[in-house]
Amino acid sequence: MRSFSRIAALALLATSVSFAAAQSHDHSAMGKGDATAMSDDMMEPVRAGDLVLSGAFTRATLPGAKIGGGYVTITNQSKEADRLVGGSSPAAQRVEVHEMKMDGNVMQMRQLKDGLEIPAGGTAELSPGGTHLMLINLTAPLKEGDMIPVTLEFAKAGKVEVQFMAGPANATSMEHN
Amino acid sequence: MNFRLLRFGLWAVIAALSLFLVFTYANTRFGNKAEAVQLGAPFNLTDQTGAPITESAFKGHPTALFFGFTHCPEVCPTTLFEMAGWLKTLGDEGKDLRVFFISVDPERDTPDVMKGYTSAFTDRITGITGKPDEVEKFLKAWKIYAKKVPTENGDYTMDHTASVMLLDRDARLKSTIDYKESPDVAMKKLRLLIAG
Repeated sequence: MRSFSRIAALALLATSVSFAAAQSHDHSAMGKGDATAMSDDMMEPVRAGDLVLSGAFTRATLPGAKIGGGYVTITNQSKEADRLVGGSSPAAQRVEVHEMKMDGNVMQMRQLKDGLEIPAGGTAELSPGGTHLMLINLTAPLKEGDMIPVTLEFAKAGKVEVQFMAGPANATSMEHN
Repeated sequence: MNFRLLRFGLWAVIAALSLFLVFTYANTRFGNKAEAVQLGAPFNLTDQTGAPITESAFKGHPTALFFGFTHCPEVCPTTLFEMAGWLKTLGDEGKDLRVFFISVDPERDTPDVMKGYTSAFTDRITGITGKPDEVEKFLKAWKIYAKKVPTENGDYTMDHTASVMLLDRDARLKSTIDYKESPDVAMKKLRLLIAG
């Protein structure tokens, strides 16, 4: 009798552990792809006043695609917040700041008309699946290895030109370039 | 003795309850016992070669449907790359699986545009487009949300459902793979679908 209750207790323990494992598996799935790690061999960071821009990359476009994404990490070393308000590039008709988000299973894409805040002493990440630059109506397809100049415009730091290196069409960071 | 019996009984109840929870969870999570749902309706659309395509294309084999558009900057290429990866991983096991990419933006996505686009990922994905009103009927029948959102300069983008629908051999919805679902779970769902 006694051993039965032990077995029952063990069974309970085992099932709770597997249940917890199944749950935590869920969480790890949700966390996947949230942040993109930048490698050491990335380009020299570009400075604009108190802002440091690093790891700028874009992706080779797919056949027929007229738009490209721009991804970059912006660190603000100032005590005041700044704001990325827009940009321009000879490679595209327009450059806008966009935000992608999921509403349940529905993907939504919106222009951030007021731009993106770069918090004081903080970092803003423009990355695939999140806030990013949108290069609209490209003058030519982007090819892997291309360097795409984009001039970013900040409310306080002003304009700064950054070279975006085109990675493969499914690049998630600069690391494979 | 009574006390022991009671204790044993209680443990047994707890163990049974835990097992029940795990099975219920696994069932809803992986959908292996979930009922397939009948969605869709007869349709007349065009595949990427310009040939007509109807509902019979989804029957007699497992099918995966994904909805999007070629001007889609993020979720569509990401998912199509993932789908190409699944097909590669499945190899021979997935040879019966047919995968379709249906345009929610038929005004810009002609069959030629669709063909150029899908072939950048794999030759296993077939693009489907068609007359805008026929596409709209199709999306409604599969309960797919798609909405045109105007942007500056008279341009537009599309909000749309970004899940992959998995259909059984009778074209009934068996399960879905959500955007950013873990590769393990996606493969599990695909294998269950293929096992039928």
